[in-house]
Amino acid sequence: MVDLKEKIGKLCPSATFEDGEVLRVCVDAKEWRALAEQLKNDADLNFDYLVAVIGCDWKETLGCVYELTSTASRAMLEVKVTTADRENPMLHSVSDLWKVAELQEREVFDFYGIKFIGHPDMRRLFLRNDWVGYPLRKDYDANPEINPIRLNLEENEDDSLTYVEENGKVVEKKYKLFADDDYVVNFGPQHPSTHGVMRLRTLIDGETVSKVVPVPGYIHRGIEKLCESHSYPQTLMYTDRMDYMSAHQNRHCLCLCIEKALGIQVPRRAQIIRVMMDELMRMSSHLLSYGCMTMDMGATTAFFYGFREREQILDIFDKTCGARMSLHYNVIGGVVADVHPDFIKDVRELCAIMPSRLKEYHKLFTGNVIAQNRTKGVGVITKEQAINYGITGPSARATGYSCDVRKHTPYAIYDELKFDEVIETAGDSFARYMLRMREIEQCVSLLEQLCDLLEKEEGNEICAKVPKLIKLPVGHWFQQVEASRGAFGVYIESDGGKNPYRMHFNSPCLNLIGVVDLSCSGYKIADLITITASLDYVIPDIDR
Amino acid sequence: MFNFGVFTEWFDQLLESVMPGWAATVIECVIIGVLLLAVYSVLALFYIFYERKLCAWFQCRLGPMRVGPWGVLQSFADMFKILIKELIRLENIDRFLFALAPYLVIVASMLSFAVLPWGNGLQIIDFNIGVFFMIAASSIGVLGILLAGWSSNNKYTLIGAMRSGAQMISYELSVGLSIMTMVVLAGTMSITGLVEAQQDGWFIFKGHIPAIIAFIIYLIAATGETNRGPFDLPEAEHELTAGYHTEYSGIHFGFFYLAEYLNLFIVSGIASLMFLGGWMPFHVPGWEGFNAVMDYIPSVVWFLGKAFFVSFIIIWFKWSFPRVRIDQLLALEWKYLMPIGLFNLVLMTLVVVYGLHF
Amino acid sequence: MEVSIKGMKKEDFKDNEYIDKLVEELNASGANVVVGSIDKLINWGRANSLWPLCFGTSCCAIEFMHLGAARHDMARFGFEVARNSPRQADYIMVQGTIVHRMAPVLVRLYEQMAEPKYVIACGGCTVSGGPFKGSYCVVEGIDKILPVDVYIPGCPPRPEAMFYGLMQLQRKMKVERFFGGVNRQDKIKDFLAKHPEKAEAMK
Repeated sequence: MVDLKEKIGKLCPSATFEDGEVLRVCVDAKEWRALAEQLKNDADLNFDYLVAVIGCDWKETLGCVYELTSTASRAMLEVKVTTADRENPMLHSVSDLWKVAELQEREVFDFYGIKFIGHPDMRRLFLRNDWVGYPLRKDYDANPEINPIRLNLEENEDDSLTYVEENGKVVEKKYKLFADDDYVVNFGPQHPSTHGVMRLRTLIDGETVSKVVPVPGYIHRGIEKLCESHSYPQTLMYTDRMDYMSAHQNRHCLCLCIEKALGIQVPRRAQIIRVMMDELMRMSSHLLSYGCMTMDMGATTAFFYGFREREQILDIFDKTCGARMSLHYNVIGGVVADVHPDFIKDVRELCAIMPSRLKEYHKLFTGNVIAQNRTKGVGVITKEQAINYGITGPSARATGYSCDVRKHTPYAIYDELKFDEVIETAGDSFARYMLRMREIEQCVSLLEQLCDLLEKEEGNEICAKVPKLIKLPVGHWFQQVEASRGAFGVYIESDGGKNPYRMHFNSPCLNLIGVVDLSCSGYKIADLITITASLDYVIPDIDR
Repeated sequence: MFNFGVFTEWFDQLLESVMPGWAATVIECVIIGVLLLAVYSVLALFYIFYERKLCAWFQCRLGPMRVGPWGVLQSFADMFKILIKELIRLENIDRFLFALAPYLVIVASMLSFAVLPWGNGLQIIDFNIGVFFMIAASSIGVLGILLAGWSSNNKYTLIGAMRSGAQMISYELSVGLSIMTMVVLAGTMSITGLVEAQQDGWFIFKGHIPAIIAFIIYLIAATGETNRGPFDLPEAEHELTAGYHTEYSGIHFGFFYLAEYLNLFIVSGIASLMFLGGWMPFHVPGWEGFNAVMDYIPSVVWFLGKAFFVSFIIIWFKWSFPRVRIDQLLALEWKYLMPIGLFNLVLMTLVVVYGLHF
Repeated sequence: MEVSIKGMKKEDFKDNEYIDKLVEELNASGANVVVGSIDKLINWGRANSLWPLCFGTSCCAIEFMHLGAARHDMARFGFEVARNSPRQADYIMVQGTIVHRMAPVLVRLYEQMAEPKYVIACGGCTVSGGPFKGSYCVVEGIDKILPVDVYIPGCPPRPEAMFYGLMQLQRKMKVERFFGGVNRQDKIKDFLAKHPEKAEAMK
């Protein structure tokens, strides 16, 4: 392990450092590009995984916070890059170093108007291309007359542009995404197998897909902006509605982040309950993923089998949380109420039937010769690509990339539990599918252990003492958990007030749509559906 | 076994006795037309209900329950609804072809009805190349689908139409080959002749190995030809939203919907004719008593029962199997089914020449 | 006249005044015996064959999938023939938030549907913007851009609530007249009178 401060100080003498949970390096916009190249390519540093690009408006300056991790040494680093130019803010893009930055930088551009020099496709990501202003800037004018509900469809949506530096000057270059005679088919926004309102502009050559341009934003609800006008307990409610298939994990993450900032110790019983809920949620999510994938491939009956067990899990949620989907169960300091008296019994019952049900799924779908031919060798992603595109969760683990947050940076009581990080190496649709099925087995074993632990903690308190009015001290925090679809991160920046100054949700699904083009090009239309189904993204998590 | 031919003969003579021959023919044609339409729509509605119930049972559900007892009136409600839905006039399409396509599909499946042996003596037309007519008539349907996809001026429908063109033309070969195999066994192309030849045992038993191979090939190919899962690529719901009929609304869509189910009935009917003895009851040579009992069941019941059974198998694998991909679909036909079919035809010829069948 | 829905009594519905008012309006002008009976038959058919357009944007869509799955099984009512093409659907159940980028797409989908067509606003977001009220790009209630027939509150509504909403739609359909005066047309007129700026867009 090298001393990061010393090493970076040598590489970039003007950098300043802030100590914290993770070392933060502050550099000016001009030096960022050179530092980034060093950080990525230096053999000692080797920060090959860019976790998040978080845009922020610090009133005098605009800029980004880059969360970096090295997959080899697990070292973490934050880089804060600022520019004082508010009129025409520009930063150098790092999307050629870390592919994951491509979508994330577009998001920053969309929210803050920061243009990235060298980014290949500098369009808006979530908002309409005729939107006026940049909504997450602190001086944004939210007057609905400026941006009314426009009922005309967007025009010139294939016009893209890029900023290139030529002779020390930044030049804007316009280009079209598709040629005039290209046969472009829209999959979505209203399409049965985009799993929501995703739009895939797909260039087709006969039956073969040659290029996919994802257009998200059809469910962009501005959650990050809304959070800035809500108090901390109120912001919890949005996490359940982003990736609604990992509502518990997301909420767990935000609670952990706030608890970390406040220094609250969560009672053990609450931690066990939280982890149990996380694993139940993961199981239900993987069951849904099984159902949707089989249905997208035409095997409708398998869908109903997956949903049968999902209903049983939802019943458990229903009894304890009082809701089936938006559960609102975790609160700052613990959980909102104790579990239902039947909880342990129900979970044990579920664990008992799951192995036989899994056998049934495999009989119905996995072993089917058509299913195997459709998924094996289709949509291959390599480990290097997975890291570079920043994908996490089951889709990344299917490439042989060990990235389970529960293993690498354990939170709650995960370090006490015995479980395997499921890894597949093929990286194709079948590996992703099988990995989810195997993770369900792991969930069952985890839940069995947790039931025993919870029984020992019978009657203990479930929520720590929390002040009535929650105010975070000045500072910034970043927390990640393993959600159903990958590492879900929360970044909070506080100015000491009762509302967060900036709250960013780093969703795993946004990175997943980055690999759609990579993994689908060259395959057939039917494979596009299979691959996107096996990547298993949830659209509201992308758009937030 | 009651012969419906007696009744039709009597009716024909009755008409001839009171009016000139041409008038009798016109009246008979009209009556047959009306009956055909009635049977056609009732069967289609029954099939829609049949499939919805069956797939519900495969999926641990109940299926339609509320409309009428056990939901039997469900498809009637759907029919009333679909009849009054608006027919949307689209801009920038080929209006004539767009309007023509659903009728072509319907006409194709109706024509095939003409030669199905509904019961003893109960068929509309009986001539010596009945099988040939049937194959020819049923292939008009693809034209309607192609036109529908082409004229809608929609990218999804076009992909759907191209898929169905490639698929139906390929799979017709295997259907034709497996039917040809059975024609070799029967030695006739007349529908009545085919059924009569199965009096002492259905072809699937008489022709043993080659007949069973032909039956399996026929089932696969017929599923492909009727665009049903796992070969439902032309309308692949999860890829092309609704495939070639995406732009059709109201009763025009209804025609496609009905034709899909009717085609299912027709291929099942042909399967029961070629392999399972048509309306012929289950006879075991030598068991006179048993055969006599079987004869008491009306021939119409035999025919429909067999057709429904074959449909059940086709519906069964539609709901359990995932969809194949277009290249796999064509590879299956051209690399496996057709060579096996050709080989099977030779095998059957040898079996017939050497008299190795029962 | 009482609008009957199989398996649910009149008093089990919570807003009978609205339907009663519609029935009264219908009866006021009187109905021809023949036309009235044909209307009844057609309305029976229409009410029992509601084919939804698959249109889920977020959480509610998952609950809608549960509505179709084995336990709740909307096939019992004949609702299960979900069409992916708007041309063939009878109603659009908007499940999930509609944002500015989606609004024109939703309106276009609605326009693509064949008459008679209905809109159900399912979930808090579509009723009023729900938890996302106050956001810069959320349409606060789809009734701002579409004429809505039934509102189903909830976040997301439970499948039972969705059934209730669908039955309400059935009841509403049963008091319409296909021949003669059509309430549906009045509804659109009312909507356009309230939102004159939409009159252009709807054409």
